[in-house]
Order: sequence, then C-alpha cells, then structure tokens
Amino acid sequence: MKLQEYTTSAHNFEECMKCTVCTAYCPVLQVNPLYPGPKQAGPDGERLRLKDPYFFNYALKYCLNCKRCEVACPSGVKVADLIQSARIKYDTHPPKLRDQMLASTDFMGKLARPFAPIVNAVTDLGVTKKTLDMVLDIDHRRTFPKYSGRSFEGWLKRRSKEQAAFPEQVAYFHGCYVNYNYPQLGKDLVKVLNALGVGVQLLDDEKCCGIAMIANGMAREAAKHAQHNVDVLGKAVSRGLKVVTTSSTCTLTMRDEYPELLKVDNSAVRDSLLMATRFIYEKLEQGATLKFRADYHKKVAYHTPCHLEKLGWGVFSERLLRMIPGVEFTMLASNCCGMSGTYGFKKENYEASQAIGAPLFEQIKAVNPDVVACDCETCKWQIEMSTGYPVMNPISILAEALE
Amino acid sequence: MRFDTVIMGGGLAGMIAGIALQQAGKNTAIVSMGQNALHFFSGTFESLKEPDERLAALFSAAGIRVHYREGVRLMPLGTFKKAALSLEDIDIFPNAKIARRVLIVNFLGYHDFFSSFLAEGLEKHGIECRIRFLSLPDLDNTKAHGEMRSVQIARSMDRIWEKVVQEIRLMLRDEDTVVLPQVFGLSDTTVPGRIRQSLPARVVFAGTMPPSVPGIRTQIQLRRRYQLLGGTFLMGDEAIRAHEHEGVVHSIATNNLDAHYLEADSFILATGGLFSKGLRSNPFQISEPILGLDVDHPENRNNWYNPAFAEEQPYMGYGVKTDAQLHAVKEGVTLKNVYAIGSILGNTRPELGSGAGLAINSAFAVVDTLLAEK
Ligand SMILES: Cc1cc2nc3c(=O)[nH]c(=O)nc-3n(C[C@H](O)[C@H](O)[C@H](O)COP(=O)(O)OP(=O)(O)OC[C@H]3O[C@@H](n4cnc5c(N)ncnc54)[C@H](O)[C@@H]3O)c2cc1C
Ligand code: SF4
Ligand code: SF4
Repeated sequence: MKLQEYTTSAHNFEECMKCTVCTAYCPVLQVNPLYPGPKQAGPDGERLRLKDPYFFNYALKYCLNCKRCEVACPSGVKVADLIQSARIKYDTHPPKLRDQMLASTDFMGKLARPFAPIVNAVTDLGVTKKTLDMVLDIDHRRTFPKYSGRSFEGWLKRRSKEQAAFPEQVAYFHGCYVNYNYPQLGKDLVKVLNALGVGVQLLDDEKCCGIAMIANGMAREAAKHAQHNVDVLGKAVSRGLKVVTTSSTCTLTMRDEYPELLKVDNSAVRDSLLMATRFIYEKLEQGATLKFRADYHKKVAYHTPCHLEKLGWGVFSERLLRMIPGVEFTMLASNCCGMSGTYGFKKENYEASQAIGAPLFEQIKAVNPDVVACDCETCKWQIEMSTGYPVMNPISILAEALE
Repeated sequence: MRFDTVIMGGGLAGMIAGIALQQAGKNTAIVSMGQNALHFFSGTFESLKEPDERLAALFSAAGIRVHYREGVRLMPLGTFKKAALSLEDIDIFPNAKIARRVLIVNFLGYHDFFSSFLAEGLEKHGIECRIRFLSLPDLDNTKAHGEMRSVQIARSMDRIWEKVVQEIRLMLRDEDTVVLPQVFGLSDTTVPGRIRQSLPARVVFAGTMPPSVPGIRTQIQLRRRYQLLGGTFLMGDEAIRAHEHEGVVHSIATNNLDAHYLEADSFILATGGLFSKGLRSNPFQISEPILGLDVDHPENRNNWYNPAFAEEQPYMGYGVKTDAQLHAVKEGVTLKNVYAIGSILGNTRPELGSGAGLAINSAFAVVDTLLAEK
C-alpha cells in the first residue's frame, strides 16, 4: 500500500479538485477572450497533454506567469508552473526577433549604456515609437525605461575598498534594471546597509536572472544563465555571505523558477538569497537600529507585486515602511498591475495589460499618495505611465528617510 | 516576527477571530495556504438565526448585510430548505409557493446555472415557469475560448447590470417574479438591491456552481476589514510545523518564511476540514498535519464511509479533539495556548452548531477565552 506515496505528480497537478477558485483570480482570463484560464491551461490541459502533445494550446502564451492562481489555489497545485513548463516542453515556435530583444535585458543593456543619452532620446521620439510599433510590434503607447550612462557595477567597484571596511558583509545581486536603467536604487541600498554597519559586495559576474527569456520562449538560454548564476551565488555563499536583492521577480526566479521550470538545482544557495527588505527587517529585529530624519513626511501607498505576493515577503516591505516615523501608510488592495515584465510591451497585449491594471490605478488615484511604493521595476514603469504618480522601491524610501 | 496571536487558516473562522482580536487591540497575523470554503458559500450561514449584537456589529462594520426570519430558501437545483441567517441578496420566503409565475433568466453559454432544474422544482409547487436566455455582446468575450464562470460574468455585471435590467423588462410578460443567477454585486455591493428596485417584478437570486459570487464578496469584505484594523494577512503561505515545549507552542514555521518563524503568545488553528486540507487522510489514518493533533475517528477504515455514496458520510464529521475551551489535544495532552476553531472541529462540538455557525461561534468562544486571560 505504498500507492499513495508514489503518486505525487509534477507541480502537484493531481491535487486539483476542479474547484474553479483559480479562475476567479486570473487577471488575463478576465480581459483576454483568447486565453483559456488557469484551470483549463493548467491541470485540465495537462491531463490531455500527457496523453498527446497535440493538445498543447498556443494560447498558453497569454499567461502572465503572475502566479496569482497558485496563491489562491486551496489544493497547492502549481498552476502557473504547469503552464510555463508546458510552454517550455511543447512550444516549438522559435521566438520572434522582438521577443528575443525584449528577453535579452542584459545584452540590450550592455549595448545601450554607452549611448544612453542617444538611446533615451531616440526611444522617446514619436517616430521611433511608431517604427518599433510597426516593425517589432512593441506598443507605441509605452514609455521606455531609461538607460543610465554609468552602470551600477562601475560605481560600486570604485567603492570596493570603502565597502570592505564594514565589519559585516553581504553580496548584492543587483539585476539588469539597477545596473543599466536605475543605479540609484543600488546606491540607496548601499546607503541603508552601510547605516546598519553592513558593507556591500558585487557578485563575481552575475548574469540576468533569465525570467524574460522564460517568458519569451528561450528556456535553453535561461537555463544557461541559471546555472551560471547558481555557480556565482555559490561562490559568495561559500564565503559565508548572504546575497540580497532589490527585485522581487529576480528573487522568485532564482529561488523557485530555477528548480521548478529550468531544472537547475539551487539547493546550495536558495536559503541564502533574500530580498534586501527581509534582510534589513531581520537585522532590526535582532537589535540593529536606523536613525530617521525628524522632518520626514510622506504619504505612501504600497503595492505588493505579484511575484512578491507569491514569495510571501511583502510583509517585510510593509513593516519597514510603517516603521518610518513620518510615513503615512496605506496598503493597496491586491491587484496585478498588468505589466508583468515584457508582456505589456507587446502590442498584442497592450489593451489587456491596461485593463488588468485599471482597478489598481483607480485605487491609487483615490488614495492620492505622495508616492507609490513597490519592489518591482516593471510595476514601476506601468504605474508611473498609467497614473502619473511616482513609484519608489521601499529601499529608496528608507534611504531618503535616513538621517 | 512576533504577534499576540497567530491564526492558521484564513477562512470564515480565522477571519472572524482575527477581526475580533484586532478590534480588541491585539496584534495578530493570519497565515492562509489558499482560498477557503467561502468560495463555495451559498450565502446562508448554516445553524445561525438572528445574529447577536456583536456579530451584527462585526458584519455591519465590514459592510456585510444579513437578514433572518422563519421560512424557507430556494436551493440551486429547485428544492427548498429551512432558512437560516443569510446575506441580504438571499431571499427568505414564508413557504415554497414563492410566486404564481416565474421568469428564469440565464446567460447564453453559461453552464453553471441550472435553469431547467429550477423550473422543474418550482413547478412542483404549482408555479408556472418560463426560461429565457440573454445574449449580451459584452459577455461574448468570456465565451470565446476561456471559461465562462460566475466571477467573470459578475465582473462585467458590476458595469453593465443596467443593460440586463432593460433586456429583462422587454422579456417580462405577466410573471410576478424573476429568477436570476447569483452573479451580481461582486465589487459594487449595491447592485443586487438596485436591480430589485428597477424591475416591476420580485427578483430572486439563485445559486450557481462555484465560485460563489456572494461568498467571494464576503471573503473580500472580511479580509479588507481585517487589514484595515491592522491585521497581517499572509496569503498563499502554508503553516508547516509548530515548535512546542511542554504543552506550549512558541512559534510556527511556514513554507514561504522558512527560517523566519512566526512567534506568538497563542495560536489558533482554523485550517478547515478535509476539503481545505486542515485534515489529511491516507488509507490508514486521518491526521492533522501541522501539529499532529489527535483526530476523532474510528480505527477501522471500513467505518469511515458509507458505501451508499449519496448518504451522509461519517468522515465528513471527523475533527480534532479539544477540551471544552477548544484547547487542542496532542497525544492525550492538552496544548495550553493552541485553540481549534471552524470546520477542523468536525462535529466534535455539536453545542457550537454546524457549517458557518460553527465557524463563527467557535471563533468568538476562543476570542473570549483569550481576552479573559489576564
Ligand atoms: C464546498 C463547501 C461548501 C460549503 N457551503 C457552506 C454554506 O453554504 N453555508 C455554510 O454555513 N457552510 C458551508 N460550508 C461549511 C464551511 O466549511 C463553513 O461554513 C466555513 O466557511 C468554514 O470555515 P473555516 O474557516 O473553518 O474553514 P475554511 O473555509 O475551509 O478555511 C480554511 C483555510 O485554511 C487554509 N489552510 C489549510 N491548511 C493550512 C495550513 N497548513 N497553513 C495555512 N493555511 C491552511 C485553507 O487554505 C483555507 O483557506 C461549506 C463547506 C464546503 C467544503
Ligand atoms: S488548480 Fe487549484 S484552484 Fe484551480 S481548480 Fe484546481 S484545485 Fe481549484
Ligand atoms: S499565472 Fe497569472 S495569468 Fe497565468 S494562469 Fe495564473 S493567474 Fe492567470
């Protein structure tokens, strides 16, 4: 009678009791008539696909991989993993040029950085946007993330001696966004950690976490990045370092997507990889202190990114923000912003993307905060473009409020 | 992270306990693996009648409107059941002869509403029924490839319910009552009432297959209230282990927070029954997975179920053992600061009622015990 022990399935798909709860929480099912929804695309479809790959449905590409279905499922079915694994396994279409470009965030970053002012000016031009729209199906209504002229890596390298002097050390996986588009977030993190007596080191040549590649049909390339990153993280961990991050999506990808989707074993490093918010909260809980400005005042509305909700760590950001004396805090209702990495950039997804985010945008306008706080870079682009309110990472708010 | 009380399970029982404790100035967290039985809620709180003052106040502060009187309510398959405390959109009738003529309206392509069963059931009571299907361009989207479920329709209905009212006006002949599926008022709770006011016939909302729109609305209202009171809701996280020393639990570990334990003075177990995985079973035993509590069930597996499938099944009543104050029991020893509430009690405590009544009564009972402590 070992039967039950041996019938566990990949991504828990046999646990599905067909309760339909997931269908109530999928943002895409609500707005895109072509998408079959988490239940049909996930566990229902998997039963058919296991019989015959013929049943693979290309409409699975509309899944945002936001994981909201998994957070809601009462039976622990890894619905989104089922869907993404099926795409990896059965989707034989080579990705379009546009998708490859959108997916290669670090490659594009390296290319664009030396020409940042030009690239930024050009991607802002109406003509360019129209051209991108026509040639590449990148929606012309999007604003592009700006490229920064100097990389974060260069900035931190120049300060490596000064950082090494701190009694405690961590390594920082900054990700493509901080390196190429927004070094300020990295600098803010260094400021906060330094205030806690912690010095910040770079990893030994990190690569893009690979999430955009997974989303754009380039799983093999993503797996290479994953293996590389696990090795690099491993080196830091073996030196006794924790590795902190400021992006919820990079973190979820490296902790959970590596083993679940890309089959890359990360067990040696998984527990040492933390969002910086969690690392900082835990330090404070152990007795460390931060001194905040007496004159700081800000009305902050906090949006939990989908991937942070899945990680279950939004609570650390919330607690840190509430701790700052001058912060007037509002928790925004749980809602996907609709951007989901590169998804919203694609012309065919623009309308859906905006419709998904609409309730969030309305709530933000109703709260009318000074700033929206959020731990995800793509949510930031989407919310800033759609509401006009500035968006800051909780780490940047902490840094700003420090004495 | 430290709290006064950590509640495992964010269903009706867990949320009622959380709200009541926050209201009393306590600092609590709710950890919930997934969504809960409210997603299958009929809109009727089994085994409750008139709410007492504090339940009425709690519901009203959360924006949940309820009512009760003696009588019957209409079930999704056209049968009638004795009334209990219900959400306002659920009608309570003096008896089953609820109308003379009824117009039953469904949406074209929506398969989770059983109009012909309803008609058959109503006709048994001498009620004439006519079924009509509504086709709205705004809903064609939902039909195309994806699933057409109650919640998708409800999201559209929050916007376009007035169109539905117009269409029904045109359909109505001499019917005195219109029966509609429960797909209204998901985010705008005033919609069911406004539909009732805008039609020249009585409007009755009848249940659909899950997900339950009134149930999800109730869940959203309770969660919002809890968070507004400063409660910490850890959605999608699973309590996996408790750390106990001499009958006292100090902290629990969760799946997402791994080595970051949730510490508290007291713990409430509200993880539901077999359906919600608060209890688990294998061919040899039925167990409670987090703390390994004693579960009240017969040794011999053959006694767990009734081979007549449609009959009442004994396993549905199994639950964790407790003392009279609902302290949980492990290997015969009472845990001093762990309490069990809601459907994980099965019918081990019949004095507290059943269904939603059990969830609410047991939650308040434990809150009282906790607040009475020093
Ligand atoms: C299909 C169905 C329909 C029902 N309809 C009605 C009705 O119409 N009227 C009525 O009065 N009663 C109804 N009931 C009875 C129902 O059980 C109660 O009304 C009540 O909602 C139960 O609340 P609860 O909080 O005890 O449990 P649940 O609502 O089951 O909630 C338990 C929660 O705990 C979570 N959980 C489980 N394990 C863990 C863990 N290890 N860590 C963290 N979280 C965990 C689950 O994910 C779930 O969210 C129904 C029950 C079912 C199963
Ligand atoms: S995947 Fe989960 S939520 Fe969706 S139908 Fe299956 S059990 Fe229900
Ligand atoms: S991951 Fe998001 S978009 Fe994909 S099925 Fe789940 S809820 Fe829908």
